[in-house]
Amino acid sequence: MKPGSKSFYRLTKPMLFLLCLLPLAYLVAAAFALAGFGLGANPVEELLHELGRWGLKFLLLSLSITPLRRRTGWNWLIGYRRMLGLFAFFYILLHFMVYAGLDQSLNFSAIGADILKRPYITLGMAGLLMLAPLAVTSTKGMMRRLGKRWQILHRLVYVIAIVGVWHFYWQVKLDTLEPTLYALVLAVLLGTRVYDAQMARLRQRARNG
Amino acid sequence: MLIKRPGDILPSEITDESVYLQRREFLKRAGLASAGALAVHPLLASAAEPGPSGRELPAVQKSPYSTDAPANSWTDITTYNNYYEFGTDKDEPSRLAADFNPRPWTVAVNGACDKPGDYNYEDIIASHTLEERIYRLRCVEAWSMVIPWVGVPMASLLKRFEPNSNAKYVRFKTLHDPSRMPGQRRRTLDWPYVEGLTMEEAMHPLTLMAVGLYGRELPNQNGAPMRLIVPWKYGFKSIKAIVEISFTGKRPRGSWEQAIPEEYGFYANVNPEVSHPRWSQATERPIGAGLFASRKPTLMFNGYADQVAAMYTGLDLRRNY
Repeated sequence: MKPGSKSFYRLTKPMLFLLCLLPLAYLVAAAFALAGFGLGANPVEELLHELGRWGLKFLLLSLSITPLRRRTGWNWLIGYRRMLGLFAFFYILLHFMVYAGLDQSLNFSAIGADILKRPYITLGMAGLLMLAPLAVTSTKGMMRRLGKRWQILHRLVYVIAIVGVWHFYWQVKLDTLEPTLYALVLAVLLGTRVYDAQMARLRQRARNG
Repeated sequence: MLIKRPGDILPSEITDESVYLQRREFLKRAGLASAGALAVHPLLASAAEPGPSGRELPAVQKSPYSTDAPANSWTDITTYNNYYEFGTDKDEPSRLAADFNPRPWTVAVNGACDKPGDYNYEDIIASHTLEERIYRLRCVEAWSMVIPWVGVPMASLLKRFEPNSNAKYVRFKTLHDPSRMPGQRRRTLDWPYVEGLTMEEAMHPLTLMAVGLYGRELPNQNGAPMRLIVPWKYGFKSIKAIVEISFTGKRPRGSWEQAIPEEYGFYANVNPEVSHPRWSQATERPIGAGLFASRKPTLMFNGYADQVAAMYTGLDLRRNY
């Protein structure tokens, strides 16, 4: 079976799908104290933070496909990018739902005040709102319909990733080690793109000259 | 082979919450408000988690300053800790402080007092009657607990050092020993941890030097062997593992105030009307209430306004956060 072939995707995509659901399965088990798992003394905060972390991890994973593909020549990796991006949206949406539903008990005036007054929450909300149209336009039909504009729209993911990591960094009380690691990974992922674009430009110029 | 853990409790033995609540109501109606402190302990038996451990403290007196709100479980209080000397994650102190030995323990007393010197733990604590004080704790991170501390009123403890008229403030210092406190190997805060109170605050009857929890010796992760408790202030004021007490004329700058002065001030009184620059302080999440419990409103001075508000009349609490 050749990587990138239809039968290869038919086998590996469902596997990846289940793999991507593992964090959720773990968190559900922990939330209901199943299989010896637990969320600790402050379960709402733990659930909220874990969902946010997984959202960011999937966002970074989806951003790692292109640089990895370019360096390895494994072009078939592109076939998994949409799923990773949609899981990023899925976990970030759950993160927001836990914030609104469990942490704030759907107190909309408190949620509104938070979004307006707390810059890190403003950022998080902006990130989610930008991610939603990308999820909606992720289908093949939408890709076809939008044509060249699809790629321009989906470049928004760079802004979303920066906003997301910034949102994480800003809410930490003092110890910024963990969000700094996320920021470093993101810097590498965005940096390789700048580098690759620069190299492509130089090659182009050499060919023209 | 299946080995049954001896601690297992049959479901039939567990007190139903409604029964438990009825019992509390009965006690209250019987005019036994102070027995509320006793009613706390059966709560532990109703949860299938480890109960209090450690050496039992002798002759602990009940106190009228205790709240009759149900206390958090031993597990909640000893596994969810902000104690950066043992790591910045909430669950790190309970793991990384396990081998910390808080004996022997010496406290240096210095500054504006007539009895300075090095005192060991027994010198400081032994001559006092231990009291159980069930206090609300409100963290600056907007969560809260109810904790049955055991300790000595700070006023009676400090008086023995005979502070003089130059003593306007008390400054406390935590042990600085990265070999025993692994969190100090990273420079998250500027070690050692420092906190301070005005003399009036330190001598207030609510202010406690805690040495125990649930009638037992204070667990390491909660600040053994002795820590400050100021229940109307955010938790970070209540400095742990104290090795130095200084009487001074100058207002001390606490570690958090030094680290981020625009977010953490000297007073740090619990105040629902003054937000932290990054989050609201209007409500708090009660620890131990579970996944589906809602936040509850935070009370001025953490509900101790009647006892402490007079100390701050004329003080702009918005500026002096």
